[in-house]
Amino acid sequence: MRGMSLIVQVMAGLLAGMLFLYGGYIILHGHLTPGGGFAGGVLVAAALILISLSFGSVEQVERRRYILSSVFESLGGVFFLALALAGYFAADIFFRNTGVFYLGKPLQLVSGGLIPLANIAIGMKVGAGLFAIFLALGASRFVMKE
Amino acid sequence: MVELYILLGVMLAAALVASETKNLLAAAVALGLVGFSVAIMFILVQAPDLAIVQIVVETLTVVLFTAVILRTTEIDTTASGGLKMETAMFIAAFLAFGGLFLSLIIGVFRELPVFGQPLMRLATDYIQFGLERTGAANIVAAIILDFRGYDTLGEATVLFTAVVGVLTVMRFVTKKKPGGS
Repeated sequence: MRGMSLIVQVMAGLLAGMLFLYGGYIILHGHLTPGGGFAGGVLVAAALILISLSFGSVEQVERRRYILSSVFESLGGVFFLALALAGYFAADIFFRNTGVFYLGKPLQLVSGGLIPLANIAIGMKVGAGLFAIFLALGASRFVMKE
Repeated sequence: MVELYILLGVMLAAALVASETKNLLAAAVALGLVGFSVAIMFILVQAPDLAIVQIVVETLTVVLFTAVILRTTEIDTTASGGLKMETAMFIAAFLAFGGLFLSLIIGVFRELPVFGQPLMRLATDYIQFGLERTGAANIVAAIILDFRGYDTLGEATVLFTAVVGVLTVMRFVTKKKPGGS
């Protein structure tokens, strides 16, 4: 797809990094403050889509992003399932948290055991999944084939 | 609590108007009345965040409907006048089934806790032991990822299926065109 004007590109370059950082913050603090994997994942996907739309790309780059995003999407799903199965194999309970994962002190960043890890998995899944859907629906290798 | 019932009556009347009137603009306005009544109800039961979302969504919906109606036609020409035999039978069957359902469900409603009672039986346990059993300060995260982790796994599966579906369909489209790389 074609890129946009210089003004848009400069603004997008300034914004996208902060958006990405904020998405990561929301995902990592999901067990402490409102937010979590889904909201943070949407922010990350928004940053990626912003860069993609404003700077444009050639077909090779899009193909690589397309493959990478679907790989990350599947990795997130596998990670989430692995967390659930870890509890199952360690204590015979699906999604077991206490006794399997490190619970830590409440209100600290490293606490909550399974919950932050699951948030990261869901964040990967949602961010990569939405970006993959965007690439599939809007990228030029599908549109410019006419 | 009586305001809620008044609003409920307004909503029922507006919904009837929206489904029965032939003027589509009036139908759109009546539909908006239903949505804004829901927003006022949210404010009355002290959920302002939901009320804001509801107002935004409802305004957008009414604007969209109005834009479509202004560009097409204002009078619904497909609706047929008069009561047909078939329609009358449908209405009778609906009334009979509704009456039966209501009479059966009255017993169930007697068993429910009082409307607006702050804590449900299950939620009491979650709120009381959430922090100590999961170590997560955010009670919502504790519920959706620990107590109800299985539900979240199902949600993730739904998202995965949606992504796989979109990618499959779009790949199919590109493959059909000849000369693609």
